[in-house]
Amino acid sequence: MKNESANQLINYILHLADNALILGHRNSEWCGHGPVLEQDIAITNISLDLIGQARNFYQYAAKLINESSPDLPGKAEASEDSLAFLRDNREFKNCLLVEQPNGDWAKTILRQFLFSGYQFYLYQELQHSINQQLAAIAEKSLKEVTYHLRWSSEWVIRLGDGTAESQRRMINAIDELWMYTGELFSNTEYELSLIDLGIAFDSGGLQPPWEEKIKEIFAEATLPYPEKVFTQTGGKDGTHTEHLGYILADLQFMQRAYPGSEW
Amino acid sequence: MISHQIDKETIYSYLEEVKDPEVPVLNVIDMGIVRDVVLRDDYLEIVITPTYSGCPAMDVISMNIRIMLSTLGFKKIKITQALSPAWTTDWMSEEAKRKLKNYGIAPPNPKQQVCNDKLFAADEAVQCPQCDSWHTHRVSEFGSTPCKALYACDDCKEPFDYFKCH
Repeated sequence: MKNESANQLINYILHLADNALILGHRNSEWCGHGPVLEQDIAITNISLDLIGQARNFYQYAAKLINESSPDLPGKAEASEDSLAFLRDNREFKNCLLVEQPNGDWAKTILRQFLFSGYQFYLYQELQHSINQQLAAIAEKSLKEVTYHLRWSSEWVIRLGDGTAESQRRMINAIDELWMYTGELFSNTEYELSLIDLGIAFDSGGLQPPWEEKIKEIFAEATLPYPEKVFTQTGGKDGTHTEHLGYILADLQFMQRAYPGSEW
Repeated sequence: MISHQIDKETIYSYLEEVKDPEVPVLNVIDMGIVRDVVLRDDYLEIVITPTYSGCPAMDVISMNIRIMLSTLGFKKIKITQALSPAWTTDWMSEEAKRKLKNYGIAPPNPKQQVCNDKLFAADEAVQCPQCDSWHTHRVSEFGSTPCKALYACDDCKEPFDYFKCH
C-alpha cells in the first residue's frame, strides 16, 4: 500500500512536470519567430520559467524514483534528463491542451492564457500541500505564473477587442482549443488517491474560479464565452493527440541519436 | 584539517567574490541567493535559492561557489537548493541596489509590484539609471534575463533594463 501511494505521487509529479515542459517547449518554438522582438523575448522568457518549473518537478520525481526502486546491478539512475529525454509518448502525462500546435499568435496567446489561469489556481492550492517539496515548488512558481497570467490576459484583450481580423483569429483559437480545457479539471486515479492525503487537490474545485477569470477577461475582450462542448481527455493518463509524438521527436532527438551526450 | 579552523565569516567573505554571471557587478550575497552556510563534521553545506525557477545562471553560480570555496581547503562541498521561502528582490541589499544603478540597471522598487495582478496597471515610476529622470516608460515586461524588464527614458531617450520586483 505504501509503495502504491509512492507510485501515485511519482505519477502526479510527472504530470505537473510534463505540463510545464511541453508548454515550455511549444513556446520555445517561437524563438526568433515572434511577431515583434519584445514579444519574442516575452514568450521565450515564459518558456524559461516553465522549463525551470519542470526541472524542479523532475528532480524531485527522480529522487523519489531512485529511493523507491531496488538497486539492481547495471540499473541506470533516474535523473531530470532521463525523465525528459528518455520516456516515450505514452509515459507522458501532460494535458492535451499544452501539446496543441502554436498556430498563429492568437492561438498561442489563448493557450497560454487558458493554461496560466489553470496553473494560477492550481499552485495557489498546491502551495498548501502537506508535501513540503511540492508546496515549495508551487510557492516559487506562483510568482512567475502571476506574471504569465497578467501578460496573456492583456494580450487576449488586445486581440479580442482589437481589429476585425485579430478578433476573428481569437474566435478561431477558442474554437480550436476549448475542447481541451475540460481535461484540466478532471481527476485521474493518481490525483484521487492523493487528495485524501492532503498532497494533491480536487482538480474539479479549480474550475469555478478559473471559469470566472476566463469570463471576466473574455467580456473585456468582447469575445463570446463558449457553449459547453464535448471534452477531449486522456493526456493526463498518457493517451495523447498526434502532436506530442512530433514534439518528442524534436525534443528527444539528440539523446536518442547520441545517448548520454552532453554540452 | 584547514577547513575546521575556518569560521562562517571567512566563508561569507569568500562568497562575496562569487559574482552573478549575468549581472557581474553583484555577488551572490548581494543578490540574496545564499540562504545559509552550514559547517558539518565532514563537509560544508551551502544553501542557495534561485531567483527564478528557470534562471540559467544557477548552474554556473553553483560551480563558481564550489571553485571559490575549494581554495579555502574544503574538499567536500554540498550545495543544496531551497525553494521556500521563495526569493524576493526585498532580499537584495541597499549596497546591491546602488551597484546596480551605477552599472546602468535600474534597481527594483521596494514594493512588491508582482502582487498587483490588475491588467494594464499603471507602472510604478522607475527612475532612469542614466539621468535620474522619473519620466520613463515600460517597453516590455520581459527583458534580456528573467529578472529584468525593458524600459526607456523619455528625457535622455536611453533604453535601460529594470531589475523587476519579484
